[in-house]
Amino acid sequence: MSNLNGDLNKYLFEYLLRLGDDLLIIGHRLSEWCGYAPILEEDIALGNIALDCIGQASAFLQFAAEVENKGRTEDDLAYFRDAIDYRNLQLTELPKGDFAFTIARQFLFDTYFLLLTEKLQKSSNEKLAGISAKSFKETKYHYRHSAEWMLRLGDGTEESNRRLQNAIDELWIYTGEIFEDNELIEILSNEKITIKNSELKESWSEKVRSIFERAKIKIPETNFQIKGSRKGIHSEHLGHLLAEMQILARSFPGAKW
Amino acid sequence: MGNQTKSDQWDLWEVFIQEKSGAPHTHAGSLHAPDPEIALQNARDVYARRGEVNNIWIVPSVAITASTPEDNESFFDQIKDKVYRHPQFYSVPKGVRNV
Repeated sequence: MSNLNGDLNKYLFEYLLRLGDDLLIIGHRLSEWCGYAPILEEDIALGNIALDCIGQASAFLQFAAEVENKGRTEDDLAYFRDAIDYRNLQLTELPKGDFAFTIARQFLFDTYFLLLTEKLQKSSNEKLAGISAKSFKETKYHYRHSAEWMLRLGDGTEESNRRLQNAIDELWIYTGEIFEDNELIEILSNEKITIKNSELKESWSEKVRSIFERAKIKIPETNFQIKGSRKGIHSEHLGHLLAEMQILARSFPGAKW
Repeated sequence: MGNQTKSDQWDLWEVFIQEKSGAPHTHAGSLHAPDPEIALQNARDVYARRGEVNNIWIVPSVAITASTPEDNESFFDQIKDKVYRHPQFYSVPKGVRNV
């Protein structure tokens, strides 16, 4: 029994890294808009959402460190792992692009994360349920923000529609792996700790399709999908992002301000 | 900057924040937004992220009619020499409490 629990903890640790890493990396990408957003109000909005994501990442990674039980902290996990040990979706690590690209990526992610955290609130793991409930509340607002902007950019001017369509065309191949299941998900979902990712696909597609329709955005026609993020396969962009994000902590370990 | 026409600018909105249920909405400031929904979201991000907020009102700034400084003499000065319009003018009879 203790062996099973040990294995279960190993899987739970790995799963919590996925959640935490997605939020940490997408939060970092959002934070890059600070001082550059098209208008002051949007600058503050993106900054707020970035802070929400990084705050949620901190909660998930803190829990991961606790489950791992090797004396690491959430900061160790954030600042002293290399790209190959990161478990985030490649969707989250792509450079921020233009405003339309950031909104499109955020919308695709928010829709997924909204549906996921709604389910995870009922996880058999009480702590995961608690963190997810708080996440769900914040993600509801993130989704509202990105969905409303999808409508305005898509159904705005010729230029805003073109930029948004380009962004969606580019991002589409990164959406498939959101719904991948593997042994880890099988085991955790059998224990009712999480649900199968594939179970989210239908409601995700439905939500995305309905916003695309209203935003006059076409669903890209492609069968090719990127794979492997959850095993540590990443684009070159993640290394550059981590270099910037981690340099202070690595140059001055334990630095405080 | 100089060649921006009015149509390049988003509309201006006034934000009123209510801190608690039943409390009055007080003016918090203004912001730019293309429509009411975005104005509401911007108000949430700019004015409601710190402290307690129960409700937000958004009003197009153009909907507000304000008095001008030129109005001040005719509008407000007369009040100053009619002290009996202030409750402090009247002394409260002994025995009256909780006024």
